[in-house]
Amino acid sequence: MVNITIDGMKVQVPENITVLEAAKTVGIDIPTLCHLKDINEIGDCRICLVEIDGARGFVTSCMQKVEDGMVIRTNTDKVIEARKNVLKLILSAHERKCLSCIRHGNCELQDLALKFGVTDIEFEGEIAPKVVDDRSPSIVRNTAKCVLCRRCISTCKNVQKIGAIDCVNRGFESTISTYEHKSLGDVNCTFCGQCIQNCPTAALHEKENIDEVQEKLKDENTLVLVQTAPAVRVALGEEFGMPVGTNVTGKMVTALKRLGFDKVFDTNTGADFTIMEEASEFIDRVINNKTLPMITSCCPAWIRFIEMEYPDKLEHLSTCKSPHQMFGAILKSYYAKKINVDPKKIYVVSVMPCVAKKYERQRFEMQKDGMYDVDAVITTRELAKMIRQANIDFPILNDSKFDDPMGEATGAAAIFGTTGGVMEAALRTAQDLLTGKDLDEINFEEVRGKKGIKRATVVINGKSINVAVASGLGNARAIMDEIKSGKAEYDFIEIMACPGGCIMGGGQPIKPAKIRRMIDVRKKRADALYSIDEKMIIRKSHQNPVLQKIYNDYLGKPNGKLAHELLHTHYSKKTKCVD
Amino acid sequence: MKTILVCHGTGCTSSKSPAILENFKKIVKEKNLSDVKVMQTGCFGLCAKGPVVIIRPEDTFYAKVKPEDCAEIIQTHLIENKRVERLLCKDVDGKLVEKLDEIDFYKKQKRIALKNCGSIDPEKIEDYLEVDGYKALEKVLKKMTQDEVIEEITKSGLRGRGGAGFPTGKKWLFTKNAEGTQKYVVCNADEGDPGAFMDRSILEGDPHSVIEAMMIAGYAVGANKGYIYVRAEYPIAVHRFQVAIDQAKERGILGKNIFGTDFEFDLSIRLGAGAFVCGEETALLESIEGRRGQPRLKPPFPANKGLWECPTLINNVETYANIPKIILNGSKWYSSIGTETSKGTKVFALGGNVKNIGLVEVPMGTTLREIVYDIGGGIPNGRKFKAAQTGGPSGGCIPAEYLDKPIDYESLKEIGSMMGSGGLIVMDDTKCMVNLAKFYLGFTVSESCGKCNPCRIGTKRMYEILEKLTNGEGTLEDIDKLERLAKTVANSSVCGLGQSAPNPVVSTLKYFREEFIEHAVEKKCRAHECKALAKIQVIPEKCKGCGLCQRKCPVQAIEGEGREVRHINEEKCIKCGTCLTSCPFKAIE
Repeated sequence: MVNITIDGMKVQVPENITVLEAAKTVGIDIPTLCHLKDINEIGDCRICLVEIDGARGFVTSCMQKVEDGMVIRTNTDKVIEARKNVLKLILSAHERKCLSCIRHGNCELQDLALKFGVTDIEFEGEIAPKVVDDRSPSIVRNTAKCVLCRRCISTCKNVQKIGAIDCVNRGFESTISTYEHKSLGDVNCTFCGQCIQNCPTAALHEKENIDEVQEKLKDENTLVLVQTAPAVRVALGEEFGMPVGTNVTGKMVTALKRLGFDKVFDTNTGADFTIMEEASEFIDRVINNKTLPMITSCCPAWIRFIEMEYPDKLEHLSTCKSPHQMFGAILKSYYAKKINVDPKKIYVVSVMPCVAKKYERQRFEMQKDGMYDVDAVITTRELAKMIRQANIDFPILNDSKFDDPMGEATGAAAIFGTTGGVMEAALRTAQDLLTGKDLDEINFEEVRGKKGIKRATVVINGKSINVAVASGLGNARAIMDEIKSGKAEYDFIEIMACPGGCIMGGGQPIKPAKIRRMIDVRKKRADALYSIDEKMIIRKSHQNPVLQKIYNDYLGKPNGKLAHELLHTHYSKKTKCVD
Repeated sequence: MKTILVCHGTGCTSSKSPAILENFKKIVKEKNLSDVKVMQTGCFGLCAKGPVVIIRPEDTFYAKVKPEDCAEIIQTHLIENKRVERLLCKDVDGKLVEKLDEIDFYKKQKRIALKNCGSIDPEKIEDYLEVDGYKALEKVLKKMTQDEVIEEITKSGLRGRGGAGFPTGKKWLFTKNAEGTQKYVVCNADEGDPGAFMDRSILEGDPHSVIEAMMIAGYAVGANKGYIYVRAEYPIAVHRFQVAIDQAKERGILGKNIFGTDFEFDLSIRLGAGAFVCGEETALLESIEGRRGQPRLKPPFPANKGLWECPTLINNVETYANIPKIILNGSKWYSSIGTETSKGTKVFALGGNVKNIGLVEVPMGTTLREIVYDIGGGIPNGRKFKAAQTGGPSGGCIPAEYLDKPIDYESLKEIGSMMGSGGLIVMDDTKCMVNLAKFYLGFTVSESCGKCNPCRIGTKRMYEILEKLTNGEGTLEDIDKLERLAKTVANSSVCGLGQSAPNPVVSTLKYFREEFIEHAVEKKCRAHECKALAKIQVIPEKCKGCGLCQRKCPVQAIEGEGREVRHINEEKCIKCGTCLTSCPFKAIE
């Protein structure tokens, strides 16, 4: 512990923390803009300046570590004036079209302007250089809204270890760009969308598909089906001021029905299909000595990553489509037949915590007979926007249930939304299938939790199975390098591109840095998913009665011929630089 | 034995000095002059008179030599033992001056850092060895402990010549005391101030002195690897430095078991791609490590965490160039030169409206008047001294009232400027101070790395205001804004570049505020430099109606016929000034 004086208060704080953190302990909330704990600690924005006795000029509180005897002043007139002038400068170069901005109301720059009481931008002048890239299916960039905080760069380069974007040019012309200024879709971007999650303004946001969906909802000749991913239900409420980690499944279903979707289904059913297929594929690989380790394929950003970065390792990927793609394929085949509707008249919308799903949906492989499995993907945020626009008072809605007969899903499917969930769900089914028993030991604690890479050995039928779970593409790269070096002895690996899994996906509600310093958003959302699982009677995918019926009536055996045609896919090398 | 020295600095090289060298060699060979040696050297300093040729031992200084003059010089000087008078310099009274040290430009100089520049062939290690080269290194390695070396440098009072003036000995001590098994020594040769070229000249003229100094520093702080970061725009310096490294390696001076001791040192060049900010030490380190040149937040300082997180000593070229001389002559000798707080000499790149443009090395404490008038020969064309700018875009303007102030680190700071790397631009009364501020700020705007907001946006906003003022669109309120912005940029920026970027504006506002106000209120530029503010008119009393201006005007803006007094149509006039220069009666102003 060290003794410091902060704004006249003498306090003891732990060593090695920053002045910013020390201030927090005594209830002083120093404003920040570029700072993002553990991700972007570069001290660029100059918003968190403080005075420290003996130091030359102002000190960057987010970077400066406390020292014994330090006397810190966070609130002097000089400090306040400096911060305010810096903010005015940032605002002067910002494309201030706030009223029509996608981040209006959830913008860290706007919050600061409000907090600082900036009423007039006295230093008017040229706006930051404007380049809008909206050519990729997932992510839109607008450099005129960029404050050059570089959170996106740090996230992409240091967390995800991709480096699709970086700062180019000098001085006022400095801007974030890609290799040769290409569109994100034409470079090594995986569309994970973590940059969007960390952008304080609207310089990065998802490519919206609300208009097309609304168009179809109005069309009487189209049957519009919607499915929602597991992670959406534990985050959507946040958009309406509900606490982080609130499970709003029932309200969400009600809202979707009010929005006019003809049927509301649960992607969790698709997740159960994925487990059936994936577990069967895994067992097949083990028994028949095929390529191991097998790696999950639910995450489209991960798929794009491996196709670009490790194209010679594609045989490790499970051939299973992701849950919503499988479900879309079932809806347009089995379900269409069952309700006797021409699948061409069916429009499947997926509500996803993810922007990469927008890319995945339009992959060439994701179609059959000229029809895409899924016709539109909207994010959790876009759904919230639709709900708001429809004047629906979300928090007070009553609960509704997913529509039959496809609505029923298991606890195993629910935990797909968090890192380790797919692995746990697959192990539950694999151990039953291999032992032929209905085992009670189904909580695999060793693959839960926030660690970026989790390793475990599971013994099934006397055979040890080495598994690994990685979330975040930086961790994915570490695992892939292990495989490449030949050192890895894994049998089964789960990989999710977003740190923490889908609950922290690029399409989820954006939490400002300030909130993230106080609340462990990942844990709260994950706990909500595990609690859904705990409450379920059926917690193993292969026990889902809906699935059993569809396999019996239509698909035949898991991993069988028709299942392969509908529920499996293939991969190919992708270039990191499209000319 | 006679030696013909031909200056091969960048300036003289671009004025055909290589052809002069070749011609001399050819003629000497043809005439079979066995006792004449022809050699290239680094910069002599008096660039205004280049290309320069010196003949030794008599030290005859020939100025503005052309390749075709070689035959005459050899015939007249070497064979007939007379002087080619038309190529000699003249003193203030118009008298011919023959010897280098009799020329006014050199009289008040004291050359320590530049000692060998212009007197040895920089591409021959033998030449350097002849003038006690690497003796300081040998002394250090064989007779001194690390602490003794640092003590000697500390006692000499040497301060960083890159601009900030941090005590060199202290820096060495910090690096030596820093924890770490691997340490580095770096030479900052990313000289970027407009008008500064002292580092270039040292590297071009005496590269071995820098190598020797870096090795001494390496020994003192415990580093065995050095990098010199040179801008790629200095091809001659880069070439000569590489030649010097290669020669030092060949001789076993660089490498292992240096001078029979167990000290080893390796040195390599890293090229900068021309970013001014890479002269900032932490941005330079980023660049060496292969990243975008952007400053790091300090602390930690490079002495503790520098290259690849290892303790790193960074000094500037000129700082290093002083080291061997301090070691050989002693700290006492060095500290006897200069002022109380600033010891030794400083090299200035003298430029602008001054007669003798060139490199000048003077003891600290020399006055600006001595530099501008005694050494620089005063202001050409009979104009008046208005101000001198030191420290480049980070420095400020010094008005005439401080001409007699002895120059050192503290005194320059006191009057709102700074030493900087040593650019010294003299301005006469045809220079507009608002425009000058705009020029320097324009430099910072385009050279800001863009990392922090105050510098990236603040300098741009300041520039925009200065543009308004020079375009006649500014107001008094803009001047207030300019000052507020200057304060914010100075106190909130991350690195020295941003923190000092407003200096040219602040100092011109301090000493020439009335010019800013004139621009804002009267829309007038007294120096007639701001074209947008120029009002060109015919003075009827002086106009004889010759019509010459009318014929010369490129846009037919001048009206009138026959012998009538001419009139300028302001709407058509583009203020190019052609009429001003063409009027034989000075009737247009």
